[in-house]
Amino acid sequence: MSVAQEVVRRADPVARARRRAALARWVRPALLLVFVVVFLIPVYVLVVTSFKPLSEADPSQAWNLPKVWTTEAWSVAWEKLQPGVVNSLLLAVPGSVISAVLGSMNGYVLSKWRFPGADLVFTLFLFGMFIPYQGVMIPLVQLMVNLGDALGVQLYGGIPGLTLAHVVYGIPICTLIFRNYYVTIPDELVEASRVDGAGMLRTFWSIILPVSGPAFAVVVIWQFTSMWNDFLFAVFLTAPSSWPTTVMLNNIAGAQTVPYSQQMAAAILASIPTMIVYVLLGRFFMRGLMAGALKG
Amino acid sequence: MRRVRRWLPGLLLVSPSIVAIAVFVYGLLGWNFKVAMSDQHDEISQGSFVGLENFAGIWDQERWGISVRHAIVFTVVFVGGALVLGWFLAFLMEKGIRGEGGFRAVYLFPMAVSFIATGVVWRWLMNSGMGEQAVGLNSLFSHLGLGFLEWQWFRDPDWGMAAMAIPAIWQMSGYVMALFLAGFRSVPDELRESARVDGCGEWQVYRYIVLPMLRPVTLSALIILGHISLKVFDLIVAVSGKQIITDVPAVFMWTAVFDSHDPAKGATIAAYIVLSVAVFVIPYLVWNARKGNRP
Repeated sequence: MSVAQEVVRRADPVARARRRAALARWVRPALLLVFVVVFLIPVYVLVVTSFKPLSEADPSQAWNLPKVWTTEAWSVAWEKLQPGVVNSLLLAVPGSVISAVLGSMNGYVLSKWRFPGADLVFTLFLFGMFIPYQGVMIPLVQLMVNLGDALGVQLYGGIPGLTLAHVVYGIPICTLIFRNYYVTIPDELVEASRVDGAGMLRTFWSIILPVSGPAFAVVVIWQFTSMWNDFLFAVFLTAPSSWPTTVMLNNIAGAQTVPYSQQMAAAILASIPTMIVYVLLGRFFMRGLMAGALKG
Repeated sequence: MRRVRRWLPGLLLVSPSIVAIAVFVYGLLGWNFKVAMSDQHDEISQGSFVGLENFAGIWDQERWGISVRHAIVFTVVFVGGALVLGWFLAFLMEKGIRGEGGFRAVYLFPMAVSFIATGVVWRWLMNSGMGEQAVGLNSLFSHLGLGFLEWQWFRDPDWGMAAMAIPAIWQMSGYVMALFLAGFRSVPDELRESARVDGCGEWQVYRYIVLPMLRPVTLSALIILGHISLKVFDLIVAVSGKQIITDVPAVFMWTAVFDSHDPAKGATIAAYIVLSVAVFVIPYLVWNARKGNRP
C-alpha cells in the first residue's frame, strides 16, 4: 500500500467511524462492568459479614468469605428489629393507600375539573415538595401535641401522628404524579360525560378511576418507599414504642457492643421490603422517580 | 352562577388538601420563623420577640461555622460527583447496550434503600483504622498493594466531608443517570443525522446538538441534588452520629432540640436550611410554572 493510499485510508471517514465503533463496542460495556463491581462492593460486604460467626470477626479476614456460614446473626438481628418492622408496616401500608386516594382526587380536579386559581394552587403545592422538613419540625411537634389533645387521640409519639405527617407532606408529589397522568386522558371523554349529565364524582368514578391503575401503582410504591425509609420524621415524632424500622436499626448499629455481623444482618432485613418492591415493580418505581424531576 | 356551580365541586374536593398544605407547610414555616425570632431558649418559657438576634448571634458559635463549612464541602463534592458520574454512566449507555436493563437495575437499586441501612455498611467501609488496625476499604487497599490510598475517611480533619459525600454519590448517581439517559434519548435521531451529513464529527454533534438539549435535565438534577444535600441528615447520623467532626446544620439542629433543649436555636438553624434551599428552588418553580406547566 502506498503512502498516498494509506493517507486516504486513514482519512476515510467510514473506516474511521467503523474503527471507533469497534472500540466503543468493547470499551463501553467494560467500563460499565467496572462500575457494576464498584456499586456492588457494599452489597458484598453486607451479605458476607452478616453470615459470619463471631469467631471470624477478625479485621484481617474482613473481605474473605465466611469459612462457616451461619444465620446466627440474622436471628438475633430479627429479634431486635421485629417491633420496628411491625410499626413500619402499620405506618407505610395504610399511609401509602391514603396518600394515593388524596393524590388521585387532587390530580383529577387540577387537570380535568379546574377552578379559578387552580394553577396557583398547584404551584404552591409543589413548593411543599421541596421544603426541607427541618423547617417545620419544631412547630410540627407542638401542633401534633395540641391537635392530639383537641381530638382526644395520641398523635405525638404514636403511629397515627407519624402517618398523618407523611400523608400531608406527601400530598404534593402524589398530586403531581396523578395530575401529570390525568393530563394524558383526552378532555373529550370528560366533556362527553358532562354532557350526559354526570357530575364531578360520577365522572371520576366511572371514567377516570377505571384507567388510573398505573398511577396508583406509582404513587403507592413511592409513598411506601419513602415512609419505610424515613428517619427524620420518625426521630422527631415517635416514642420508643412506636419507633419504625429505621430508628430501631440506627439504635442497633449505633451501639458499640453489637457485632458487625448483627448490624449488617439488621441492615439487610430493614431493606428487604423496599428491595422486593424495587425488584418486582421497578418500572413503576422509576416513574415515581422521574415525576420527582418535575417534568411537567 | 352556572359557572360557579361548574367549578365549585372541584374546589370542595381539593379543599382538605389545600387546608392541610396551608397549615402544615405554610403555617408551620411561619410558626418556625416566629420561634426563631423569639428568645424561647428553654422548653417552658413562652418567649418574646427579639427580631433577628438569633440569626445574627448564631454566627458567633464556633460549631455553626464548622457545620456550614461542612455543608458547603459536602454539597460541592456530592453534587459535582453525582452529576459527573451519573452523566458518564448515561453517556456510556445512551446508544443502547446489551444488558442495559441489568446495568440500570444495579446503578439504581441504592435509591430504594434508606441512608440508615446503607450507612451501616459505609461506616464499616470507611473505618479510619490504618495499618494493622485497618478494616473496610483501608484493608482492601493494603491487600491490593494500594496502601498509599489509606486515609482517615470522614475522620480526616480537613477533607472528611468529602469522604462523607461518597456514600451519597453511590446512592444518587443512578438517579442522575436515569435522568440523563432520558435526556439523551429525547434528542431526535434525525437531528444528529443531519448534523453528520453537514460534516460534523461525533464530538461536534455531541458538543453542539446533544449537550445544549441536555440543559433542562442538568438543571433538574442540580435542583434535586442540591436540595437533598443542604438538608442531609440521615446519612451523617448513620455513618458518624452527632460528632462535631462531621457536623452539618441538620444534625446541629437536632442536637439543639433534643440535647440543648433550645427551640429558638433549633428553629433558627432550620430557618437557615429552608432559606438556603428556597433561594434556588423558588426561582426554579416560578420558571417552571411560566414555561407552561398547564395541561
